[in-house]
Amino acid sequence: MKSVIAENLVKTYRHGEVKALDGLSLDVEEGTILGVLGPNGAGKTTSVRVLSTLLVPDSGRATVGGIDVVKNPQGVREIIGLSGQYAALDETLSGWDNLVMFGRLYHLSGEQARVRAQELLEQFSLTDAARRPIKTFSGGMRRRLDLAASLIIRPKVLFLDEPTTGLDPRGRMDMWGVIKSLVSEGVTLLLTTQYLEEADQLADDIVVIDHGRVIARGTSDQLKNQVGGERLEVVVAQNELVSAQAIIERVTGAVASVDTGLRKISAPVLTGTNALIDVVREFDTASIRPLDLALKRPSLDDVFISITGHAAEETEVETTTHKSKKKGGKK
Amino acid sequence: MSAKNSVSDALVITKRQLQQLIRVPEVLIFNTIQPVMFVLLFRYVFGGLGAGIPGGYVQLLMPGIFVQTVTFTLAATAQGLAQDMEKGLIDRFRSLPISRSAVVMGRTLGDGLLNIVVLVVMGVAGYIVGWRPTANGFHIFLGFLMLLFFGYALSWCGVFAGLISKDARVVANVSFLFTFPLTFLSNAFASTTTMPKPLQYFAEWNPVSTMVAAARQLFGFHNTFGVTAHSYPSEHPIVTSLFYMVLLMAIFMPLSVRRYKSANNRS
Repeated sequence: MKSVIAENLVKTYRHGEVKALDGLSLDVEEGTILGVLGPNGAGKTTSVRVLSTLLVPDSGRATVGGIDVVKNPQGVREIIGLSGQYAALDETLSGWDNLVMFGRLYHLSGEQARVRAQELLEQFSLTDAARRPIKTFSGGMRRRLDLAASLIIRPKVLFLDEPTTGLDPRGRMDMWGVIKSLVSEGVTLLLTTQYLEEADQLADDIVVIDHGRVIARGTSDQLKNQVGGERLEVVVAQNELVSAQAIIERVTGAVASVDTGLRKISAPVLTGTNALIDVVREFDTASIRPLDLALKRPSLDDVFISITGHAAEETEVETTTHKSKKKGGKK
Repeated sequence: MSAKNSVSDALVITKRQLQQLIRVPEVLIFNTIQPVMFVLLFRYVFGGLGAGIPGGYVQLLMPGIFVQTVTFTLAATAQGLAQDMEKGLIDRFRSLPISRSAVVMGRTLGDGLLNIVVLVVMGVAGYIVGWRPTANGFHIFLGFLMLLFFGYALSWCGVFAGLISKDARVVANVSFLFTFPLTFLSNAFASTTTMPKPLQYFAEWNPVSTMVAAARQLFGFHNTFGVTAHSYPSEHPIVTSLFYMVLLMAIFMPLSVRRYKSANNRS
């Protein structure tokens, strides 16, 4: 059974100038995790806002747990949990006060709300900090508490909008652990992320979205296969870049992409380790000493680039090297 | 959504505001220090204006400062809501199965409770510097009740301002830009008769003036700072004030609830 269904959602801002959602359709099977993957501005947050009743779409239809989000938003609110990009908590209050408040707003009795708050604080290892105001919490603790607040009523469907954006690596690992344990309890989860690794780690199914529409869908493996099999990646010294590229292209019979900044050449290979051996042999003959040599399965990053023609993480430094690579490669 | 739930949801929000006051007592302290400071400053700086006023300037001043203070809470209401918007808290509230009016209702109720504390402290401060209402206890009580209600009606303007704003600090400053002249272009601190004619008309009809005049009447003072033009509001300040309050709420309550429902719909 599908717990979440979205059909042809359209949402425009500023009288149609900005199309946040442009016919977006997706669905989530009950008890599974769907990762919605896309760069900033792709429409991830907008789709979560529509599905969690915060935003009314211009057109299209969506149901959560079989309930229409536009016709019966209050019914949807009773079965969902939402944790957004920023920890939406009262910063002056303690973690405990926040959880009890939200429990009361879910219409638990005072006693039930306190019991549930205690349970959640234990589950998320926040008991020690429970009485401190949220503003003294670390980013990771805030996110965990925010997630805890969205789980008060044991929602049927949980929406997590970029749950680890802005967290340090440790906070991210903690959060992943927490999310994985939720999944083992059978929660249906829709998770947005701009981290390809995160979708890979957590999601059963992934939809890739860009410019407000779904551009690819499948399991992590399916998406990777879509790009083609393995890739050969070689890092060589600057002055050997051209000759190494020529060898790789000859052996693989494919066009290699070159990142001059990282001095990395990569190319798809169909013959697996045989190609690797051939390349090593040819390098040896040409006295090229590779600094790094590997056969890799494509990352979701490769998937994203191959589908959209641009990298997923627009804001990061890596993208600039990708772009300069494209320009530089032609010269 | 039952009415019982609407009320209890609103009370949870109000309780949250009271918890904030306990966590950050500075808010309550500064909310009371500022009006008390105004009482002392005006009492002793402008005290000389009171020639001919029975009991002295302080008798007319206190109702003026009461009204000014509850008017200024509009900015605090707006700022509080704008902050909740910024932090994404309003979004979270909107994703909960609670009544659509609960958050704004709860907020105005909390601000009303805060006003009670502030008015009590100011009343005591006024008494210390010589303010002596001459009306009977019931009328004095009615006077304070009306002040509270006036503040409550105004806080709905604050709610609306907070919900449409994009930035908490900006909305606080803008609210202040409106409320500050409003409280001074009135009969709160000086007689309107000395103002230029156009301002005089404005001051006569200004809700702050009518509320100040109403409070003076209920506290048992002759309002010598306003009855110049023999306009309807200066002759019937209580009725006019009540009319203003109902009008403000009739406009801003539905607007605010509607705005809350669609908050961030255009972000």
